[in-house]
Amino acid sequence: MIFNEKEECQKPGERKEVQSERLRKLIARVYERVPFYKKKFNELKLKPEHIKSLDDIEKLPFTVKNDLRDNYPFGLFASPMKDILEIHASSGTTGKPTVVAYTKNDIKLWSVVMARAIACAGGTPNDIIHNAYGYGLFTGGLGIHYGALELGATVVPISSGGTKRALMLMRDFGCTVLTCTPSFALYMAEEALDAGIDPSKTTLKVGIFGAEPWSEGMRREIEKNWNIKATDIYGLSEIIGPGVAQECAGQDGLHVFSDFFYPEVIDPVTGKPVAEGEKGELVFTTLTKEALPLIRYRTGDIVSITNEPCKGCKRTFPRMSKIMGRTDDMLIIRGVNVFPSQIESVLLQVEGAEPHYLIVVDRQHSMDVMEIQVEVNEKIFSDEVKKLEDLAGKIKKEIESVLGIMVSIKLVEPKTIERSLGKAKRVLDKRKI
Amino acid sequence: MKLKQLSVFIENRSGRLADVTRLLGENGINMRALSLADTSDFGILRIIVNDVDKAYNILKEENFTVSETEVLAVEVPDIPGGLHSILKILAKDGINVEYMYAFVEKASDKAILVFRLEDTEKAIKTLQKNNIGILTGEQVYNL
Repeated sequence: MIFNEKEECQKPGERKEVQSERLRKLIARVYERVPFYKKKFNELKLKPEHIKSLDDIEKLPFTVKNDLRDNYPFGLFASPMKDILEIHASSGTTGKPTVVAYTKNDIKLWSVVMARAIACAGGTPNDIIHNAYGYGLFTGGLGIHYGALELGATVVPISSGGTKRALMLMRDFGCTVLTCTPSFALYMAEEALDAGIDPSKTTLKVGIFGAEPWSEGMRREIEKNWNIKATDIYGLSEIIGPGVAQECAGQDGLHVFSDFFYPEVIDPVTGKPVAEGEKGELVFTTLTKEALPLIRYRTGDIVSITNEPCKGCKRTFPRMSKIMGRTDDMLIIRGVNVFPSQIESVLLQVEGAEPHYLIVVDRQHSMDVMEIQVEVNEKIFSDEVKKLEDLAGKIKKEIESVLGIMVSIKLVEPKTIERSLGKAKRVLDKRKI
Repeated sequence: MKLKQLSVFIENRSGRLADVTRLLGENGINMRALSLADTSDFGILRIIVNDVDKAYNILKEENFTVSETEVLAVEVPDIPGGLHSILKILAKDGINVEYMYAFVEKASDKAILVFRLEDTEKAIKTLQKNNIGILTGEQVYNL
């Protein structure tokens, strides 16, 4: 089904008028309410009236993740706290989290785009959704939840973890839609087999998987293991959370809900738009968001976008490819964004000197695992085993508290981590995504 | 009183211990005593050698993490209860042993115990008070 048929199947020309009108309002709003944007506009000698339609969007400055960090926690908010209903945060690049907020209208918007996404994947009000995205500061769990409520489906807020019990409930409740990260879907299939449940014989029919990159190979594996149609969802908390774009049953690109989140694909070096279908950095402008409106926000994700009509459905949205890479060194581990700089700053505190370390990411039993190898220099070396083990334990605890995911620490000999041109290689990603 | 032990960080992979022994052997360093502490990921090799400074520099040059640690060496009769006679004295004065290892002297009826203690100074006093002979560095290095 199509949740908002009128909007989702609107003629692109008509949609452009809606987008232009929304853009004008957005620019007026941020100019008036967000000093950060007013200053940026003034520096470019740009006035709100210079932005007449979507065609003028390239005149606008970009926003980057660091801008959110520099204005931590509430500096970019365009609404007073009395109008803000909900705040989420994800781990930031150097300790300070990225904070996002929602007004009542923003929550409604999130509910609508997520209802669209669930319907786009093949969900209906008759479905029972087993929502195994984490609930909490991470936007995954609540985003799906709001969408399910808006759609009128039944949602089971199972959250992540506790998989044996979760599998029992999934079976006993007769859940029909599974929502979680793709690697967790594979992990759950293994757990099901362990528990004597044949995952291909459950009541599930559709999966909505996202928050981390995954390949066509993984899709086939999930579809085979669970005997479902596996669809890709895209989102990021800065823009709204999950519900920015979603694949339909055609599985040929993700429909970007561009009437709310206007996408551009740019050359990450020059900042100029690339031709349609070319790959580049994905950039979003939140056309209607109130609490945290963002202008031309650079996601760091490399994709391509096409406006060709979809063969799988009547939606007229632009469709984006799966994520083909990143412009920075960000890693996504079990749906959590991880920057090597976060690990470096913890090691710096513990060791008091520039640390040599290597982040090794692998996938074991369908779950991402992260090992941090730390070179033992004279400063931290002790000839007593317990002191070295305490040190490793302390590093582990500190890093886990910053990242919010489990890591293992391995102490290694000096100079065993490869240096290239004086700068060490920081990440070894062995996952076959 | 105290003697210097070298401690070397060794990753738990095959051949690393051999790398250390090769380096020492090639450079004419003779080991007097040795102990290896191991965990699942790494080990700590503790050695007493005839030339501490030379061994330290050789290992450093090869990028090993190495440190000097002060330990005490005590000579006891090589008979049942020999080690216990020392440990009971230390325990009585509340001195904690971090780790220790022992070896038997060639052509004599003595054994040598090497101790890493929580409070070395206090241990020296306790041992002296009880008339236990503590070996000097020279005595051990030149065994």
